[in-house]
Amino acid sequence: MELLLQQVMAGLATGAIYACMALAVVMIYQAIDHLNFAQGEMAMFSTFIAWQLIQWGVPYWGAFVAVVAVSFVGGIAIERILFRPIHNAPVLTQLVAFIALFGILNSSAGEIWNFTIKEFPTPFGRGPLFGGHLISTHDAGMIGVTLLILILLYLFFRGSRLGLAMRAAAANPASARLVGIRVGWMIALGWGMSASIGAVAGMLIAPVVFLEPNMMLGVLLYGFAGAVLGGLSSPGGAVLGGFAVGVIENLAGTFIPYFGRELKLTIALIMIVAVLLVRPSGLFGRSVVSRV
Amino acid sequence: MSAPDDIATKQSVPFDAAEASVGSAATARATPRYVWALAAAVLAALLPLVATNFVLFQLTLVMVYGLAILGLNLLTGFNGQFSLGHSAFYGIGAYTAAILMDHWDVAYFYTLPAAGVVCFVVGFLFGLPALRLQNLYLALATFALATAMPQILKFGPLEPLTGGVQGIALIKPDAPLRLPLNPDQWLYYFTLAVLLLLMAAAWNLVHSRSGRAIMAIRDHPIAAASMGVNTALYKTLTFGVSALYTGIAGALGAIVVQFVAPDSFNFLLSVSFLVGLVIGGVGSIPGSIVGGLFVLYVPNIAESISTGLSGAVYGLIMLLVIYVMPSGAAGFARLAAAQSAKARQTWINRSERRSP
Amino acid sequence: MKKITRRSVIVAAPGALALASLPLPAYAAKKYDTGASDTEIKIGNTSPYSGPASSYGTIGKVKTAFFNMINEQGGINGRKINFISYDDGYSPPKTVEQVRKLVESDEVLFLFNTLGTPPNSAIHKYCNQKKVPQLFVATGATKWGDPEHFPWTMGWQPNYQSEAQIFVSYLLEERPSAKVGVLYQNDDYGKDYVKGFKDGLGDKAKSMIVSEVPYEVTDPTIDSQIVSLKSSGADVFFNVTIPKFAAQSIRKMAEIDWKPLHLLNSVANSVGATLKPAGLENAKDIVSTFYIKDPTDPTWKDDAGYKEWVAFMDKYYPDGDKTDAGNVYGYSVAQTLMQVLKQCGDELTRANIMKQASNIKDLALPMALPGIKVNTTPTDWYPLKQMQMGKFDGTRWVLFGNVREAKVHV
Repeated sequence: MELLLQQVMAGLATGAIYACMALAVVMIYQAIDHLNFAQGEMAMFSTFIAWQLIQWGVPYWGAFVAVVAVSFVGGIAIERILFRPIHNAPVLTQLVAFIALFGILNSSAGEIWNFTIKEFPTPFGRGPLFGGHLISTHDAGMIGVTLLILILLYLFFRGSRLGLAMRAAAANPASARLVGIRVGWMIALGWGMSASIGAVAGMLIAPVVFLEPNMMLGVLLYGFAGAVLGGLSSPGGAVLGGFAVGVIENLAGTFIPYFGRELKLTIALIMIVAVLLVRPSGLFGRSVVSRV
Repeated sequence: MSAPDDIATKQSVPFDAAEASVGSAATARATPRYVWALAAAVLAALLPLVATNFVLFQLTLVMVYGLAILGLNLLTGFNGQFSLGHSAFYGIGAYTAAILMDHWDVAYFYTLPAAGVVCFVVGFLFGLPALRLQNLYLALATFALATAMPQILKFGPLEPLTGGVQGIALIKPDAPLRLPLNPDQWLYYFTLAVLLLLMAAAWNLVHSRSGRAIMAIRDHPIAAASMGVNTALYKTLTFGVSALYTGIAGALGAIVVQFVAPDSFNFLLSVSFLVGLVIGGVGSIPGSIVGGLFVLYVPNIAESISTGLSGAVYGLIMLLVIYVMPSGAAGFARLAAAQSAKARQTWINRSERRSP
Repeated sequence: MKKITRRSVIVAAPGALALASLPLPAYAAKKYDTGASDTEIKIGNTSPYSGPASSYGTIGKVKTAFFNMINEQGGINGRKINFISYDDGYSPPKTVEQVRKLVESDEVLFLFNTLGTPPNSAIHKYCNQKKVPQLFVATGATKWGDPEHFPWTMGWQPNYQSEAQIFVSYLLEERPSAKVGVLYQNDDYGKDYVKGFKDGLGDKAKSMIVSEVPYEVTDPTIDSQIVSLKSSGADVFFNVTIPKFAAQSIRKMAEIDWKPLHLLNSVANSVGATLKPAGLENAKDIVSTFYIKDPTDPTWKDDAGYKEWVAFMDKYYPDGDKTDAGNVYGYSVAQTLMQVLKQCGDELTRANIMKQASNIKDLALPMALPGIKVNTTPTDWYPLKQMQMGKFDGTRWVLFGNVREAKVHV
C-alpha cells in the first residue's frame, strides 16, 4: 500500500514533466494544427541559453525572464524564416522541416555546450515537501507552474480577443482572413508562445533530468503521448494526460508481474492506444466534424 | 482547414493530375516511361562490371532502403495513412530472416517470403485498430509501435530466439550455381531482382482497380465509401501490403549487413524512412529509390563537411532540398517534364504558325 | 663528385656495422601491408559523432587530437599517422558501411578503438574474414578477448563482467549476507554487468539479489525504479547506469532518504560529470572501482601524468571538456597503441600488429592508476584487467585495498 502511494506520487512528479511538455505541444497544435517534432529541442536549446546566462552571473529570475522573451522571439523568427516559405507545402514536407530543425538544434547544442550533464538550478529548493519523503518541493513547484500556465492559457484562449483570433486562424484560416484576422501573424504568435512555454518547461525539467543535448528526447515522446491521450484540442486534457501517463507507466512497471518491468513503456503505450480506440480524439478532445 | 484534413492528401493532387497532364501533352513526343525504366534497369545491371565491391554494397543498401520507403509510400503516399512505425516492420522482417537463417539454417532466399508473410499479418492486424484513428492519433499509435519494438526484441523470455541485446550475426551468402560473382556482386543482383519485381508489382497494384480504390480512399474517403469501396478492408489490406514491402526490405537488409540488433530498429529509422519518402516524392514509385539514395549518401556528405556538426549540416541540406523541391524529387521531375513539354508545345505551335 | 675509394668504404664500414648492431628489431626487413608505407600509417576508426550516443563522440575527437600531437612531434618511427575517423551514429548498419569504406576504399592498415558493442559486433566477422585487425575496441563486453576464434579482434578496457566480479569479491568480504537491489540499463552494457555480478555470486545470487530493475536509455527519469528498489528492502544498491541516470539516482536516493551501501559502476564515477551535478554531499560513501585517473578528482591535482594530460588537452584539444572521462580514456588507449606501433618497428603488417598487441609487458600509462599496468600474452587478450576500489569522502575518491584482478574469459 505504501509502495502504491509512493509510486503514484513519483508518477505525478514525473507526470508533471510530461504535462509541462504536453502543454507546449497543445499550444503549437492550436496555432498550426499539427505537431512540432523539434519542440523538445527548442526547449532544450532555450534551457541551455538560460544555463549560459546563469554561468555568466545573471541571477536565476533574470535569466528566466530573458530566456522566455528570447524564446518568444526565436519561435517567431523560426516561423518567419524557416516555415513561412513552405507554409503551402504538403504537411509531410513540413514534417521533414521539423526533423531538419531537430537535427540542427541538437547537433549545435552538442558542439557549443558538449554532452556532459549539467546541473540546472531550481527556484523551489530541493527539500522534501511537508517533511514527508513522497514528493520534493521542486516537484510541487513544477506542478504548480504547470497549472498556472494552464489557467493563463485558458483565460487567453477563452477570454481575450487575441486568443479567439488565434483559434480562429488555426481552425479555419480562410474564414478568419475574411473577418480581418492576420492569419500569418497569428501563426507566428503561436510559434512564439509555444516556444516560450517550451522554455519554461525546459527550465523546470532540467533540474530533474539534468541538462544535456538529448534531455528532451524521451520527455517529448511522453509529452506527445500525454497530449494525445488527453486530447490535442484541450489544454486541460493534455495536462491530465501528462499526469496520467506518468502514473500509468509507474504502476505498470511496478505491479504487473513477470514482464511489467522490462516492458513498462510498451505496456503504457498499449494502454494509451487502447484508450484512443475508445475515444479516437483523446479523453477530452472534441472530435471535429468536417463538412463533405 | 479543419483538423482532420489529412496529412498526406494535400499532396495527392500533383500525382494524378500532373501525370495526366504530362501524359497528354507528351504522348506524341516524349520518350515513354517504360523506356526510361528499362534504361535504368539495364544500367543498374551493368554496374557491377565497373563498380568496386564497396560501392556495390552501398548501392545494395540504397535499394534496401528504397524498398522500405516504397512500402511506406504505398501506405502514406497512395492510401493517405500516416505511419511513424515502419522501423518496426523493417525490424520484424530483419529478425524473421535472421532467426530463420541462424536457428533453422533456412536458405536466405526463402526468408524473404517468410518475412513478407509475417509482416503482412502483423501489418494487417495493426491496421485494424488503426481504422479507428486518424492523423496525429494514428501517428501516435504507429509511433508507439516503433518505440516499443526494441524493448520487445530485447525482452528476456524471447532471448533464446532473438539473441537479446547481443543480436544475431549472419553469414553472407555466396553466389549460386558457381556463377562467377563474388558475394557482394551476387547480393547486388539478388537485391536488384527483388526490387524490380516488387516495384513492378507495386506499379500494377497502383494502376489496378484496387489501386484506384486505395487512392480514392486517400482523396475522398466518404465519396469512396458511398461509391461502394469497402474502405475498412482496403485500408487494412494496404497496411498489410505496406508492411510486407518494408518487411522484405528488412530481411534483405539483415542479409546484406549480416547483423541484427534490437536498437538498430528504433524510431530514428522510421524518421529516416519518412525523410526518404518526402525527399523522393510522396506517391511516386521511382521516387522511393531517390529517397534511398538520399538517406544513405547525404549523411556521408554532411559528415565530410563537418564531423562535429554533421547533424546540423544534414538538417540544413534537408531544408535546402525541400525549399527547392517541396514535393520531392518526383514532383520536381514531373514539374520539369511538364515545363519542357509546354516549352516544346509552344515551340511546335510557333513553328506551325510560321510555316503555313 | 667524390670518388669512392677503397679507403672511404673501409672507414664507413664500422659505422654501418655499429648501426646494424643497435637494438632496432626490424632494421633488416621493412615489411608493409596495405595502409603502411615509409612515410605513413593509415588507421581507421568509427565513432558516434551524431545520434543518441553522440556523448561518446569526444573519444574519437581526443584520439584525433592525440595523433595530431604525435605527427607534430615527428610521428612514430618516422612515419606520420593518418587517422581516419567516420561517424556511424552508433547504428550497426552504418558501422558496416563505414568500416567497409575504411578497409576497401581508404585502405587502412587496421581499425583502432571502434566504439560500441553493437557496432563492433556487426563488423566482428567481417574483420576476421578479411584479416584486418580490429584493435582495442571501445567496449567492455567480454567477447573481445577470444584469440582462438577471433584472432583479429582485441578489447582494451577491463570488461564489465570482470568489474562486476570485483564488486562481488568486495561485497562478500564486507556484507556476506546483504540484500542487493540492482538497477541496470536495458542493453548489452547493463546486462553484461548483471551477468558478471550473478556469475560472481554463484549460488548465492538467488537469495542475495532481492530486486532487479531495468531502465531504458530513453526514459526521462528513473524515480520509479529507485522507489521500487527502496521498497524491496535492499541494503546494498548495485548501480549500473550511465552518468545522467547515476546522478539522478544519487539525488533521488537522498530525496527519499534511502541509504544502502551504494556500489556504483566505473562508467559513472566521475566527480565532475556525475557526483557534482548530483550534489557531492549526496554522494558521500559511495563505493566504486577505478583503473584510470578521474580528471576531476582533486587527488591528482599535482600528479605528473595528470599535468601532462592537461597540457595536451590545452594545446591540442582546447574545446574538449576536461571533466569528461572519455577524454582520458581516448588519450590512454591511443598511448597503448603507440607502444604497439613502436614494437612493430618497420614490420607494419597486419599480422605483426596483432602479434605485438598480444606481447605488451607491464606498460604503465600516465593516466592509469598507480600499479595498474597493461599486459597481454598470446593467450591473454585482455590488456587491462586490474582495478582498485575507492570510497567517496565528500570531495574526492579515497582508494583503498590492493589492486584487484578478476579475469572473466570468453
